Amino acid sequence: MGWILDLYRSAVFKKYVMAVTGMMLFGFVLSHMTGNLKAYAGPEEFNHYAEGLRELGKPIFGHGQFLWVMRTGLLIAVGLHIWSAFALSKHNREARPERYVRERHQKSTYASRTMIWGGVIVLLFVVYHLLHLTFGTVHADFIPGDVYHNFVVGFQSPVISGFYILANVALGFHLYHGLWSMFQSLGWNGSRFNDLRKKFAVAFALVISVANISFPIAVLTGAIG
Amino acid sequence: MGGTSSATMNLKLHVWRQSGPQSGGEMVTYEARDVSPDMSFLEMLDVVNERLIEAGNEPIAFDHDCREGICGMCGMMINGVAHGPEGGTTTCQLHMRHFEDGDEVWIEPWRSAAFPVVKDLVVDRSAFDRIVSAGGYISVNTGSAPDANEIPVPKVDADQAFDAAACIGCGACVAQCPNGAAQLFTSAKVAHLGVLPQGQPERWQRVMDMVTQMEAEGFGGCSNHYECEAVCPKEISTDFIARMNRDYLKATAKGRKASPGTGQSIGNG
Repeated sequence: MGWILDLYRSAVFKKYVMAVTGMMLFGFVLSHMTGNLKAYAGPEEFNHYAEGLRELGKPIFGHGQFLWVMRTGLLIAVGLHIWSAFALSKHNREARPERYVRERHQKSTYASRTMIWGGVIVLLFVVYHLLHLTFGTVHADFIPGDVYHNFVVGFQSPVISGFYILANVALGFHLYHGLWSMFQSLGWNGSRFNDLRKKFAVAFALVISVANISFPIAVLTGAIG
Repeated sequence: MGGTSSATMNLKLHVWRQSGPQSGGEMVTYEARDVSPDMSFLEMLDVVNERLIEAGNEPIAFDHDCREGICGMCGMMINGVAHGPEGGTTTCQLHMRHFEDGDEVWIEPWRSAAFPVVKDLVVDRSAFDRIVSAGGYISVNTGSAPDANEIPVPKVDADQAFDAAACIGCGACVAQCPNGAAQLFTSAKVAHLGVLPQGQPERWQRVMDMVTQMEAEGFGGCSNHYECEAVCPKEISTDFIARMNRDYLKATAKGRKASPGTGQSIGNG
């Protein structure tokens, strides 16, 4: 196992870890967003979907078991993603300790330069989101099992909805740079393919953040309620 | 050569002055008077230096050699851009006609932990030499010379190797990178031999050793900003970085380890 630790010292290897775990997290946010679209289908459909998540993997897995397998996988991915991100940031700051008096960005983007901060915002948001709509700790009127009710009541507060919207704008930027970067980090490139990487990143970053932002807006405007 | 312009210009220069590796430095302002638009950027600095010497002051130290854009010696940050505002150009091939009378110009040395400042605008780029030493070789049989073109090389591979080999090792990629990373340089050196049939025997060991040396030198990691590609005077593509990432992953899967001694002789500490 020592060879894994040896490799982990390498920044190139840490970028593989960022890419692979990022891909897993992308898969999660994509399916999370898709599932939540059921909110537009009404309370019965939405609550049925939420309950259905616990039945995933039947009949091999029992009630809620497969969900925990996926949660465990996600937690490991999140942990490795954050660990690598902070290790790389520290390494990169040390490699460039002095700034220029004059700085002119060339090809870097707002998204690429704010990856770490976008990541921190998304992390803080995820913690809040879990306390809000999963555990209900910070929810005004949480009813376990009535996902639709929790969703609607939760987003009726403009402050909370505003935070969700901001966090998803940050997620959109983070996804944009991350989604095409993961191909580069893993060495999946080619002259025909490189243009597609950017298009793929723009499309999925937009779809995910716009759909996510639509949920609080739909509640605030009364389209869902 | 086309018509020369007689109108000269006056510029205000802000130049990083640092007397030695251990001493602190600061930006010092100089007036560059009567600059011809036909001068190269380095010739403009030569004129400023002549006047500094005449006035009994220490001239601005900067690296230069061929002044033809092919040796890789020159290079400085000009208004926050490595080698200045013209794309695909080294500092020596940047001409003053790209500036205007009255411009203020900020001139700074390459900044990276792996490129310590020696004096003023001169930095120590020997880390690049150690990366090349780590893997920039191929195995050949000794004895009589083989016939020319004995080994078939597909045209696309030859072109790709040539694109990588265009790297002059100036360090602009490192200087422009917010992470002070040397991925563009290293990946060009890895690909330069790695895409050719002659470079296959060491292909996996080469990428392992060169990446190991690169990281030991204190260069940063790649965040895919692509700042390097934008300023490279030889317009080397970041596609080579992806190729290096791929080869490093394959070398890892093949169980390659860095050669003994690689990544241990770090000159700059």
